[in-house]
Amino acid sequence: MNFFLLSLIKTGLVAFVLLTTLAYLQWIERKVLAHIQLRPGPYRVGPHGLLQPLADVVKLATKEGVIPGNANVFFFLFAPFFAVTLALTSISVIPFGPEIEVFGVKTNMELTGVNIGVLFILALSSLGVYGIAIGGWASNSKYSLMGGLRSSAQMISYELPMSLAIAAPLLLVNTLNFRDMVNAQSGYWLGVIPKWNVFAGPFPQFFSFLIFLIAAFAETNRVPFDLPEAESELVSGFHTEYSSLGFAAFFMAEYANMITVCSVATLLYLGGWQPLWPSSLGSDFVAPLIHFAAAGMLFYHAGQTVKSRTWDRFSFPAFGVIFLVVGALFLVPVLKPILIPLFWFVGKVGILLFIFIWIRGTLPRFRYDQLMRFAWTFLFPVAIVNLLITGLLVALQS
Amino acid sequence: MDALLFFLFAAIAVGCAINLVLQTHPISSALSLVGVMGSLAVLYLLLGGEFIAAVQLIVYAGAIMVLFIFVIMLLNAGAEKKPTRNILRAAVALPLLFTLLAIGAFLVASQTPSTDVVKFGSFLVGGHEIGRALFTTYLLPFEATSILILIAILGAIVLARKEI
Repeated sequence: MNFFLLSLIKTGLVAFVLLTTLAYLQWIERKVLAHIQLRPGPYRVGPHGLLQPLADVVKLATKEGVIPGNANVFFFLFAPFFAVTLALTSISVIPFGPEIEVFGVKTNMELTGVNIGVLFILALSSLGVYGIAIGGWASNSKYSLMGGLRSSAQMISYELPMSLAIAAPLLLVNTLNFRDMVNAQSGYWLGVIPKWNVFAGPFPQFFSFLIFLIAAFAETNRVPFDLPEAESELVSGFHTEYSSLGFAAFFMAEYANMITVCSVATLLYLGGWQPLWPSSLGSDFVAPLIHFAAAGMLFYHAGQTVKSRTWDRFSFPAFGVIFLVVGALFLVPVLKPILIPLFWFVGKVGILLFIFIWIRGTLPRFRYDQLMRFAWTFLFPVAIVNLLITGLLVALQS
Repeated sequence: MDALLFFLFAAIAVGCAINLVLQTHPISSALSLVGVMGSLAVLYLLLGGEFIAAVQLIVYAGAIMVLFIFVIMLLNAGAEKKPTRNILRAAVALPLLFTLLAIGAFLVASQTPSTDVVKFGSFLVGGHEIGRALFTTYLLPFEATSILILIAILGAIVLARKEI
């Protein structure tokens, strides 16, 4: 098939799924945080607040976009655009699954397979700081400026341990291409333990994985490293002066970065779309079983809804049927090679995203000096030691 | 396609470089420099140097220029005042500038080998080859550069440190 047509279809599909996920990730985050804090969370728009993201989009799009009087107008408008562009671009090099065949057309489940995928992601994430720094500076407000300054210092500092942590698994897989990386992690030790980089010999990359996750929290400005937007001291940091779509763009950029970072962690350490145990031992049935279990739970709860929640009597069975259908799709032989790897990839990314939200609901914020000391005197040396040990063992092995 | 992209990004690079000199505000100048770095990275990519392109972005645009912008923001430097225009000065300077540029272009054109050596995508080397070359063929320059950078860091610390 025509290369351009194929790329166009894939881009449209990925963009649609990504933007919907971004909107609903925010709903999930609000729900999870709410349940951690023993409150229901968004509940008014749609059943269990499921249409809340849609309402938020309409609200943000129709609000008045205020430009502060003394702001630098060009850079003020440029910054959120730049931030969201970079954040959405980085998804283009992430592979979601193996090579598949749809209607006789063979294609890879990714937008583009560059040989330097890891470096591409690193380059984009290191450029991402401009959006925040320039946005904070152009607002011409002291809170925004402080937020922008903190963010640039923080991102420079945490980029080092992050890059060093990434270098260690790269030594094991011996490539910079994400697809080759995942293929290198296929197979099982003793038939059951997957050869993912977190479990791989000669030196399991468990520490590297932890360092990467910690640095990823800092790179995406999430709690406990959300000092650029610490609301108790800086109002809301670098986006204090932004409203309407400018604010929405920064918001989208943060969530898109979260998804990218979790995908990279999955590809580098958790074996991408490789299942947790071999399909000969029945790992293909995990996906339908999980969906059937969810459907069963919904049907069970539909029978005993609380009187005040009249909606649930109709919405629970409806969603149960949706889960049943999705679960059944995993059993169709034609769709199996597409959906099963996608399920494992999305599942791993989803678990990591849940950890991001979980930690936001659990940990308090770092103090600024603690943040810097942690990066330079602990994370950085540990990452170097990890890289040295891995390098030594790989050299001894070969 | 390649030629089109080359001229597009070459034009962007030159435009950003001119803008860098013309802008009065340091932040605008610094961001123009980022634009130059980014366009150069695309030119490397067109030649096939994927690794070099990515490193160009990571090191120059992502690290060094962020530091520049950080310092400019920290010092809160304002826009510089432009000196008053002088037509006589421009009348003398412009021809001289063009002469200099012409001489430079002539020298470069006469020194460089014929164009069939450089083609789009002709430097298709991966990370493996670059790593091997750095640690075998060019080990001495590589280590010397590392020591030079180390000395520079030490110098910066000594200069920045107050008397204890």
